[in-house]
Amino acid sequence: MSIALTDTDRPATPPAFQHVSTKRKAKNGLATVLVWLAFAVAVVPLVWVLYTVVVKGIKRVVYTNWWTEDFSLVLSDEVGGGVLHAIMGTLLQGLVCAVIAVPLGMLVAIYLVEYGSRSKLAKTTTFMVDILSGVPSIVAALFIYALCITTLGMPRNGIAVSLALVLLMIPVVVRSSEEMLRIVPDDLREASYALGVPKWKTIAKVVLPTALSGIISGIMMALARVMGETAPLLVLVGYSSYVNLDMFKGEMGSLPLLMNTERVTNTMADGSVGADRIWGAALTLVIIIALINLAATAISRLVAPKKK
Amino acid sequence: MTEQRSQRTPAGSPGERPSSREPVAEGPISEQTADEADRPEKGGGGLASGASGPVRPGDRIFRYLTTGAGVFVVALIGLIGVFLVVQAIPALNANQVSFLFSREWSTGDTGDLRFGILDLLLVTVATSLVALVIAMPVSLGIALFLTQYAPRSLARPFAYVIDLLAAVPSIIFGLWGLLVLAPTMEPFSVWLNETFSWIPIFAIGNIAPNIRGSIFTAGVVLAVMLLPIITSLTREVFERTPTPQVEGALALGATRWEVIRMTVLPFGKAGYVGASMLGLGRALGETIALTVILLIPSGGFDGSIFDGGATFASKIASDASEFNDPTSAGAYIAAGLVLFVLTFVVNFFARAVIGDKKGDR
Repeated sequence: MSIALTDTDRPATPPAFQHVSTKRKAKNGLATVLVWLAFAVAVVPLVWVLYTVVVKGIKRVVYTNWWTEDFSLVLSDEVGGGVLHAIMGTLLQGLVCAVIAVPLGMLVAIYLVEYGSRSKLAKTTTFMVDILSGVPSIVAALFIYALCITTLGMPRNGIAVSLALVLLMIPVVVRSSEEMLRIVPDDLREASYALGVPKWKTIAKVVLPTALSGIISGIMMALARVMGETAPLLVLVGYSSYVNLDMFKGEMGSLPLLMNTERVTNTMADGSVGADRIWGAALTLVIIIALINLAATAISRLVAPKKK
Repeated sequence: MTEQRSQRTPAGSPGERPSSREPVAEGPISEQTADEADRPEKGGGGLASGASGPVRPGDRIFRYLTTGAGVFVVALIGLIGVFLVVQAIPALNANQVSFLFSREWSTGDTGDLRFGILDLLLVTVATSLVALVIAMPVSLGIALFLTQYAPRSLARPFAYVIDLLAAVPSIIFGLWGLLVLAPTMEPFSVWLNETFSWIPIFAIGNIAPNIRGSIFTAGVVLAVMLLPIITSLTREVFERTPTPQVEGALALGATRWEVIRMTVLPFGKAGYVGASMLGLGRALGETIALTVILLIPSGGFDGSIFDGGATFASKIASDASEFNDPTSAGAYIAAGLVLFVLTFVVNFFARAVIGDKKGDR
């Protein structure tokens, strides 16, 4: 098509394309610099926080007894002991929370995607899920306090914490599951219906397995998120320095609560026992959260629908 | 996407017209019996009834379960409101001072309850505003960076890095803020304080000479925590800028910044505002990071960002161990109720603003 232009063929008029003026260039350059800077500004605190946690926390975390003992036999200013009680508490509370929140959240997601499409109730539900995701954790804790402790007369215990965490976890599970269910192609459902498979079986055996990998990773990330919550712990359970696996009775340690308790009752000066414990627990918590996130990726790869 | 979904039928009967599905999906589910909706519609006479006969129990159970879960979530919000109100009333009745306009807070003696939220409200708003003022421009920059500037192959990992900020537990942010960031930032805080102390909001604080436990420090840390929230939603909206607009601007010779100013920003403005409001909602309710950082002064809030103080959430959290009497706990629940209403309203408007933008996908 194009014919190479020789010098003589070139039109005598100046080119239609005008050069970008210096002012515009400068503005563009400034915007570029600012935008890159904004990103850098966000990365700095992330790296800084993680660096702080690792450097200050590593001191205690490398010892085996950090992972196998509790604080029941050590004094508050005594080096030694470990956070087994807190790890157990955090995992247990998270697990119980997940056992309640995951089925509930997935049912809501299934309702929104498979049954409720465009109904008034579905719209209201979506809206309420949004509102629920904006409910501050301290308000969720106060609600559970008002419901379980003042109204039902329960003592402060681990289960109350789990219930408060359920409120925080449900919206995250609903959101991620809903998103995953929506991207399941309708062809799959229609093929199943065409074979005479009832709707519920289609959902249970076709739609859910297809979306499962995404749903699982969403759930695990939600779990990692609620495990780091502190506010409900402060309101709903006391801190114990020994392992307590009874969700219904007694105080229960957990990593965030341990950090807060040491913060309030112990010194935080650099190098003190209190500071070592706080940062050690912080590093432990970060490790647990990272492991859960890694596991989420691994499991979701494992159960992902096979592609031929 | 949405069009396709509406065509999905319970039994997938090909005889049904998509439009005839609508009333079934809409009407009965909410109020009437659920199996009504599973039944093939009156006029439709679909293949479903012929092929499968009566509604299968499995289908009915499944529908009940999922709808029940949906109703439960809706009811939950109502329950939260009701329980907080019911528990707050006795304390509010016993309150000796104005709940809304008093700055006092003493709940130790149940015979003489004196609590007002004015100070809590002011400090909560002040920390949130400081955080928003810092987080909003930075988030906008990050969202633009991730959608417009970052190399394509790096945009996703970069976005993941920003999301990692949201995965760090807030107590860790709080401790880092108080023990690491605040000392590092102290020279700057002091400079800001001393240079501009003639402006009321930068005045010498009520916790002076301490400046680490100030609203300013808390706001900076809170801003870091808001970045991933504001960024992720803003980014989502920016990504949906219509390509023809962008290409049109480019074809007219616009520089990259001009493309952003003429297409991306006008298109994404509502989303950005909505995202920032979601961030505000989060900031109002943030608890433990602020509990760790904020130093509680003996006096009240004077309007300076170098004051100390307590927000709704941090007040409740730091006094939580003293909830031993239902009436005095009621005072805190009343404060929690105000916080709940506040976040509800902010989130409501945020969703309304974003909802408009998400509709035209």
